[in-house]
Amino acid sequence: MFKKDLLGLKDMTAEEITGILDHAESMKDAFVSGRQLSSLAGRCVTTLFYENSTRTKNSFETAARMLGARTMSVSAATSSVQKGESLIDTGRTLDALRTDAIAIRHSMAGAPHLLAANVKACVINAGDGMNEHPTQSLLDLYTMREKFGTIKGLRVVLVGDVRHSRVARSNLWALSKLGAETVVVGPCTLIPKGIEDLGCEVSYDIEDALIGANVVMGLRIQRERQKAGLFPSIAEYNAEFGITEERLYGICENALVMHPGPVNRGVELSGEVADCGNSAINEQVTNGVAVRMAVMDILVGGRE
Amino acid sequence: MSSILIKNGTIVEPEAETVADVYIEDGRISRTGSLGDLRADKVIDASGKYVIPGLVDMHCHLREPGFEYKETIETGALSAVRGGFTSVACMPNTDPVIDVPALARYIVMRGKEAGYARVYPIACITKGMKGEELTEMAALKDAGAVAFSDDGRPVSDSGVMRNALEYAKTFNLLIIDHAEDKSVSGSGVVNEGANATIAGLRGINRAAEEIMIARDIVLAEALGAKVHIAHVSTAGGVELIREAKQRGVRVTCETCPHYFSATDEEILSYNTNAKINPPLREQSDREAVIDGIRDGTIDVIATDHAPHSADEKNREFDLAPFGTVGFETALSLAYTYLVETGDIDMSALISLMSHNPSRLLGLPLVNVKAGAMADITIFDPACEWTVRAEELSGKSKNCLYDGWRLKGKVLHTIVGGEIKC
Repeated sequence: MFKKDLLGLKDMTAEEITGILDHAESMKDAFVSGRQLSSLAGRCVTTLFYENSTRTKNSFETAARMLGARTMSVSAATSSVQKGESLIDTGRTLDALRTDAIAIRHSMAGAPHLLAANVKACVINAGDGMNEHPTQSLLDLYTMREKFGTIKGLRVVLVGDVRHSRVARSNLWALSKLGAETVVVGPCTLIPKGIEDLGCEVSYDIEDALIGANVVMGLRIQRERQKAGLFPSIAEYNAEFGITEERLYGICENALVMHPGPVNRGVELSGEVADCGNSAINEQVTNGVAVRMAVMDILVGGRE
Repeated sequence: MSSILIKNGTIVEPEAETVADVYIEDGRISRTGSLGDLRADKVIDASGKYVIPGLVDMHCHLREPGFEYKETIETGALSAVRGGFTSVACMPNTDPVIDVPALARYIVMRGKEAGYARVYPIACITKGMKGEELTEMAALKDAGAVAFSDDGRPVSDSGVMRNALEYAKTFNLLIIDHAEDKSVSGSGVVNEGANATIAGLRGINRAAEEIMIARDIVLAEALGAKVHIAHVSTAGGVELIREAKQRGVRVTCETCPHYFSATDEEILSYNTNAKINPPLREQSDREAVIDGIRDGTIDVIATDHAPHSADEKNREFDLAPFGTVGFETALSLAYTYLVETGDIDMSALISLMSHNPSRLLGLPLVNVKAGAMADITIFDPACEWTVRAEELSGKSKNCLYDGWRLKGKVLHTIVGGEIKC
């Protein structure tokens, strides 16, 4: 269907994205009903994680096993990466171990592209620095489509640290390709220059931005950003940009609440909002397995 | 020493281009004009080619001592002559850094041993390039240093810079500043702007460069001292210097071929050879740099030739070192992007790449006329060629322009009456 790798949604067409989402529907049926598939029997999927992660890593491994693949897991903290092995050398080692796909998480943008250019295995970007997190966006899109039937015409508001967010970038690329209206909200210091080029509107006023919203997505606020001086305090962030019950119910009461996790309760969203009936946060995790199954089935299943 | 007759070359003078023969003997140009079939040990047919003063690069990195795996003075000086440079001044950020006379003499000696381009050391402004105590500038000058710079680790303390500019004034020495406020550039790797956002790479705001240009201008003006700004890359930087020059401040500056030929679109593919400091900027900056070249705000085109090994560049963008090699493409880039476009003429190009850097560094001025030192570059403006990084003669092949199609190529470089390539 497409290339060897899934590096980002930036360079994919609406048709390619929709194709994955369509395929993920039958994958989700199998996953939630506990039906083991075998399309990747005899294949090997490796997770190569240079950053900590629980949900994404386990989601990839669960998805691979659901398809019948065996899995290997390499984490930078406990591998020869600690001994100074380069990314390219690590990739070649995994090739020699006959892995068919590598899901890579890396703190530096472009690392999956470098790996992909140097290995035979399919490379799936599981998050690279501030660049992209395509499977996270695919699961977000899947969740929105499941709830609303279509992406086209939705107003999606992303609130928080847009500057450092790969989730925001992947979602902005995909949502604009699929015809949604997107708004990013946060203090100026957390909105990167030229983000409008990704097809979104920029707002510094959450209450204004939430008017007419169908989806409200919180983006993680890392405490290091406050220490780096990008905003003065968590309390002020929450007061100005927090997704609270009052804001949600007062302005867009039917909006779907999403968050890529892990949630900082009381920072990006209040605990009540995270747990409310509109919250899709747990469903997002389930859908994550479905879309990763779909991606691997398409990429690896079609391999010689 | 053998004699050379260059036949029918085009010689560029400020007002006109003339076709003439050039006769070289004993390291100097002895005659020019229509010399018929004068006998010579070597005859070069230069019909349709430019015969121009040898180029002078006032900003390059030859990596020796300490980083010989990237480049040596020998491989760098060879690459320089292949690019038409007869003199190059190399930055002192080696290991050890060039901050004492013995090390400056070492560079001079290795340059002579190599025997390609003339190699002149630039020495540190501060001891150990730490930005604290001034080096022994007068002694370094006596040892061969032609300018002073803490390139790459610029002097951040304005008080130290003030002392450096003022002390250098005593001996009429040139201070070259790599203008970067590290507290603003932080851990950025590319220009801060839409393309950084698209690629998800950390940006370096243009303010990091412009703050330091402004500081240096203010200091130079307050002290009546001179200062030279290295590799200007932003529209705002050009404008600051233009205004300062109009006020009579003794500020000069250089830019590099990549700032008038490329933009930060090059980083979208995570090409680490496009990771350069200052970073490649935007189209409007590229145009402003060309305007600065046209109106004389920018005095010099320097290469900032910055070799790095393949293993260093072939890794994550954030981890790759800054820089592209530049000797063997500089003249062709300047010709393609400045002369062919009609922005400047050949006479201006010669000022930017030979006469002005010579003047700033206090080197003998080279002209293609009788009596002059025979440092000559023969350039074929009609030759179109494709840059192939692997064919470059420097040790490292980290070339931003790999695969670029350029107009004009260096055919021969003569240094002190000897054909070096």
